[in-house]
Amino acid sequence: MQEAKIKDTSFDLGGRSFKSRLIIGTGKYKDFAETRAAVEESGAEIVTVAVRRVNITDRGKENLLDYLDPRRYQILPNTAGCFTAEEAIRTCRLAREVGVGDLVKLEVIGDKQTLFPDVAATIEAARVLVKEGFKVMPYITDDPVTCLRLQEIGCVAVMPLAAPIGSGLGIRNPFNLAIIIEQAKVPVIVDAGVGTASDAAEAMELGCDGVLMNTAIAGAKDPIAMARAMKLAVEAGRLAFRAGRIERRLYATASSPLTGLIG
Amino acid sequence: MPDAFSMPDSIATSTMPTIILNGDPYPIDGDLQLSALLERLNARRGRVAVEINREIVPKASYSATIIKPGDNVEIINFVGGG
Repeated sequence: MQEAKIKDTSFDLGGRSFKSRLIIGTGKYKDFAETRAAVEESGAEIVTVAVRRVNITDRGKENLLDYLDPRRYQILPNTAGCFTAEEAIRTCRLAREVGVGDLVKLEVIGDKQTLFPDVAATIEAARVLVKEGFKVMPYITDDPVTCLRLQEIGCVAVMPLAAPIGSGLGIRNPFNLAIIIEQAKVPVIVDAGVGTASDAAEAMELGCDGVLMNTAIAGAKDPIAMARAMKLAVEAGRLAFRAGRIERRLYATASSPLTGLIG
Repeated sequence: MPDAFSMPDSIATSTMPTIILNGDPYPIDGDLQLSALLERLNARRGRVAVEINREIVPKASYSATIIKPGDNVEIINFVGGG
């Protein structure tokens, strides 16, 4: 493909540059082999993982990192399942000790049914974690003011939700996202709510720097095919954003010359 | 002399030293090197992180760290998640 005229800016997160703007989660796959196949097909260079107790009874259990080499992939531990700032901070400290760096996805849930973030607790945790040298990527409501606060605290990205986690509802509030993108000096990554490829493309067309998803790929009938679809959608959406779409108009403008018509 | 039938379970098993490992009682033979426990659990140091009594143990201290009966030990690793 010929290079687009409008040069792409590099996708930098926490001091590293990435080519892929698709970040994918590793939950809900049939097994680690399928996880790895989906990650490879998606082209993602950053993958999220959860932090959980080691299985004491099953000594032979395989480890996710045996399938996703931390030298090849940026491992992004998340604090999914944490309902307080304290739990999230403790989880991040443990995750860093595993030894995959200090980039973390901060997620403090405020409500079990909607899995919407607890905004106050997320801000509180972010403040502590940034002070401790973590590179914090917070999952947060699509609220422009909250995103500004998180940016001021020193988060390396803001990750507004498109819709509830795992809902597949797509981008519920593109106008808020547009405001967040306009105000942000750090990368804006849509996290959660993507259902299919067009949702990912829409996020990128709005000017998001990246998209993070898990269920949309892992829950598809064919996760490997959907991983590829998402890779293409993120690339297409980004390219369309860089190319600059036409203005929306109410009336038609003819595509063919109005002169030289047969008469 | 206590009657065996009236003895609560917690006293009956107290002869075996235990720690709390990932939330559950886990018997140990006495003081135990953290690195030995990890080996016993087949947990590789590059894949886990450890907390003892809520304090993180740096990897460099695994051999020098001794787990004592009654300690609360958490060993975590990464699993699939979004």
